[in-house]
Amino acid sequence: MVAIRPVQASDLPAISALDARLTGSEKPAYWQEMLAPGRHFLLAETEKGVVAGFIAGEIRAWEFGQPPAGWVFAIQIEPKLRLKGTGTALFEALVTRFKENGVTRVRTLVDRKDHLILSFFRAQGMVAGPSLQLDKDLS
Amino acid sequence: MKLQTATRLGLYAVLELARDPEQTLSSADLAERFGVSNHHLAKVLGTLSNAGLVRGGRGASGGYRFTGNRKRTTLMDIVALFEPAPGSRPTEPGEETDIGGALQRVLDEIDEIAEATLRSVSLETLLAHL
Repeated sequence: MVAIRPVQASDLPAISALDARLTGSEKPAYWQEMLAPGRHFLLAETEKGVVAGFIAGEIRAWEFGQPPAGWVFAIQIEPKLRLKGTGTALFEALVTRFKENGVTRVRTLVDRKDHLILSFFRAQGMVAGPSLQLDKDLS
Repeated sequence: MKLQTATRLGLYAVLELARDPEQTLSSADLAERFGVSNHHLAKVLGTLSNAGLVRGGRGASGGYRFTGNRKRTTLMDIVALFEPAPGSRPTEPGEETDIGGALQRVLDEIDEIAEATLRSVSLETLLAHL
C-alpha cells in the first residue's frame, strides 16, 4: 500500500536517483523544473517512507493545435515494488487532478520499442491518439 | 492491417477461452460462436495447444481451456504463431532498386508500428476493454 502526495524539493534527490538508475541519464535540472507552478508532480511512498515511484504531468492548451489536454511527461516505479498497483495509483491520481482542472483527455508519448511502458498505458485504457510523432536525424 | 484467417481465428479462440479460464469449449462451440469452419479452427487450436496456450481437445467433442497467462500473453504472441516472423520475409522483386528500397522503408515503418501496438496489448487488457 502506497500513499500519493505532491513532490517536495526535498524529494528531488531520491527521484533523480531512481530515474538515473532506470534510464542511465542524470537530469536533476529537469526534475527541478517539474516543481514549477501549474505542473503536477506526484510521489508514491511506502509506509516506511521509501519512494515507490513518481509521475509528472501538465495541462497544455493548443499544443500542436490540439485543445487542452493533460500530458503525462514521465512515470517511474521502483522495480522491486512493481506489480502492486503503484503505477495505476499514480496515473489515477494525476488523471483526477487533470479532471478537476477541466480537461477530459490525457496524452503521453512513448518509445514504441518500450513495450513495458506501452503495455502499462494500454492497461490504463489509453489508445493511439490523433497525432503521429515525426522525427529527423540532423547529424 | 490484414491478418491471415488462421491468425484471426487464433486470436478469437484464445480470447474467448481466456475470458473465463475455468470454462471448457469444444472446437465446434468456438466455430459456431464466430461463424467459422470447425475444420479450420481445429487446426488453429492444435497450433495454440503446441504453444501451451490452450489444453484439451480429445476427440470431436473434446473441450479446450485456456492455460496461458492473461497478463503476460500479448496479441503479438498469438499473431507470431501464424504470421511470418519479422525479418523472415523473402525479398520482393524490385526491392533492391532505389525506389523499391525507399518504398520498403515506408512499409517497414508501418509494420514496426503495428508490431508495437500488438505487443502492447495483453489478453487481460483487451478483455478489460470489450
